[in-house]
Amino acid sequence: METQTISNKEISSKTTQRISGSEAIVRCLIEEDVKIIYGYPGGAIMPVYDELFKYQDKIHHVLTRHEQGATHAAQGFARISGKVGVAIATSGPGATNLITGIADAQIDSTPMVCITGQVASHLLGSDAFQETDIVGISTPVTKWNCQVTKAADIPGALAKAFYIAKSGRPGPVLVDITKDAQFEEFDFLYEKCTKIRSYTPIPKTVAGTLEAAAKMINAAKKPLIVWGQGVVLSAAEEQFKALVEKAGIPAAWTILGASALPTSHPLNVGMLGMHGNYAPNKLTNECDVLIAIGMRFDDRVTGKLDEYATQAKVIHFEIDPAEVDKNVKTDVAVLGDAKVTLKAILPLIDENSHKEWHQEFKDLYKIEYEKVIKDDIHPTKEGLTMGEVIKEINIQSKGEAAIVTDVGQHQMIACRYAEFNKTKSNITSGGLGTMGFGLPAAIGAKMAAPEREVVSISGDGGYQMTIQELGTIFQQKAAVKIVVLNNDFLGMVRQWQQLFFDKRYASTEMINPNFVAIAEGYYIKAKKVTKREELADAVAEMMASKEAYFLEVCVEKEGNVFPMVPSGASVSEIRLE
Amino acid sequence: MNTEKQLYTVSIYTENNIGLLNRISAIFQRRHINIESLNISPSEIDGVAKFTIVVNMTEVNVKKIIGQIEKQVEVIKAYFHTLEEIIYQISGLFKIKSELLFEERQIQNIIKESNARIVTVNKEFFVLEKSGRKEEIAELYDELSVYGIMQYTRSGLIAVTKEEMKISALLKKYNN
Repeated sequence: METQTISNKEISSKTTQRISGSEAIVRCLIEEDVKIIYGYPGGAIMPVYDELFKYQDKIHHVLTRHEQGATHAAQGFARISGKVGVAIATSGPGATNLITGIADAQIDSTPMVCITGQVASHLLGSDAFQETDIVGISTPVTKWNCQVTKAADIPGALAKAFYIAKSGRPGPVLVDITKDAQFEEFDFLYEKCTKIRSYTPIPKTVAGTLEAAAKMINAAKKPLIVWGQGVVLSAAEEQFKALVEKAGIPAAWTILGASALPTSHPLNVGMLGMHGNYAPNKLTNECDVLIAIGMRFDDRVTGKLDEYATQAKVIHFEIDPAEVDKNVKTDVAVLGDAKVTLKAILPLIDENSHKEWHQEFKDLYKIEYEKVIKDDIHPTKEGLTMGEVIKEINIQSKGEAAIVTDVGQHQMIACRYAEFNKTKSNITSGGLGTMGFGLPAAIGAKMAAPEREVVSISGDGGYQMTIQELGTIFQQKAAVKIVVLNNDFLGMVRQWQQLFFDKRYASTEMINPNFVAIAEGYYIKAKKVTKREELADAVAEMMASKEAYFLEVCVEKEGNVFPMVPSGASVSEIRLE
Repeated sequence: MNTEKQLYTVSIYTENNIGLLNRISAIFQRRHINIESLNISPSEIDGVAKFTIVVNMTEVNVKKIIGQIEKQVEVIKAYFHTLEEIIYQISGLFKIKSELLFEERQIQNIIKESNARIVTVNKEFFVLEKSGRKEEIAELYDELSVYGIMQYTRSGLIAVTKEEMKISALLKKYNN
């Protein structure tokens, strides 16, 4: 196959050049330093694909097997690299198939630019073939979106799209481009967007709030830090760790905050929320100062709001002013980018150790260990547990792997027990809880960080929602390690049915296919483990593989995830059994 | 903070872009807040549109809504005010059979006393316009409905605040 090679000199856009809208789209991506994009071709985006063919030495297009897979792959790429993920699709069904991933990216603040083809502008609004109002449909789930009907507007729209997606609190944007705009020729000139007058990505820190927060932290007897993804998104890991250590404050994480502080750090007291750890949940209702950093008090974290930390003074470090006082009333709101505000507050913080207070966490951990953790990761009864599989992956990966999870019981177990030594190692669908996220997100993660070991952990339910992306893994030679924890159930729903619906297992049992045969059908090495004694060797073989590897582990059918804060209950009502 | 529901006007200064109405109305829609009235018009600043939205809600919630509105990329600034803090007007149009104007003397008195304005008269109908507070227009409606109204329509509330909004100063800062 012969492709036209474009030299860097030729694509320099300092001077204007007459090119088509579709070529402009590709050139804009190159200007934004995009090297990998995920997508699926179709009628209304074909001119762009034709240009991608020409520019394939500059941009690698990954053909996913479904547009949803493209968005999740773009998300995985963005989450591990901190760059903007890009997904493209055709109009109509191609565009609507992006929506799940866009909604997921919106609630989890993932920077993503989606480009959709649209029918020609003279057909807009006529119910033309493969026409949908994707701008209307995506409005509630995008940070920003727009439709372009003239080629000359393409560079401006895409420059704005990239700036909005990655600045401030990141999020997904969608640019819909009509087919006639793709064909139209115009004088191309690209200028990156650095400012939009109506948009303030990072709010100003209100004068005096840092001092007020520091005073409150220094005076606290039982302070607790709860941190979220904001720490990772603003690359504030170092400043965050310095604060935690100087102030000697126990710190607990939301699911998307995981890995910003190593799991083994002595002041890391575990996960918050519905299936979080016993101590941080219980003690949220005993701390005197609650310091929230880059988190949004999601209902899965707070449980019953009117009984959440009512005794505590609340300090909220936050980039999005709309999150302040949204769910939990704060006493001091420190607006701004966490990296900047944490750095600024550090000199104002007194050194402390809070030993007795920290001991309370250790005491409650012991209780959780005896009642839950021991049986989860060192089981003695028959039937493999999900926890022991995660433990084995920890051992073999030495806590260095990026763990990409789907949604369900396995996700909670993976987040509870995975050891993270490095930041950006926990890639999961938090706010939307999107089953089917894991496998395609792992592809994006591996392509963004080929040097890292990427382990995708899914349940048998979610895995089958995007199982077709095995084809992408095979075609791209993405060396993703795929683990399916198979309990032949939609496990989390079954657990709720067991606990709250009198064990009426309505439509949660799955009769599953031969997963190994399916993986092998995609030319991916595969193994199935049913016994404890086979586990360590199988995980070792998987980790040693230089290529993609599929491992199915048959786990106990009716295993439950504990602790658990029942839906609508207070976090202090967390159950151990 | 006031926890009682009351009428608030939400004034939003925005870039004049397609699709923004959809974005802003969706913020109210997903929280099940009914928009009592809505008006979009050019503002005192070139190229900047002004939304005036009337909603019935608590102060706590209207503050949260303002936060969500200001989060939209193309929104320059949003404010909320109670009805006491603004000067507002609503406009009503009444289409009435022309014969009534001549046969019912009382109608002429109603027009005079209400300070309504005749916009047009022809053989079949005449059109009355009345600007004022909601109650004044409702009162005129009640008086005229006795004689029969062919068509009636009322505008959204438009308002200016008693206090300065400082939007021009803000934009000047953004533009520099």
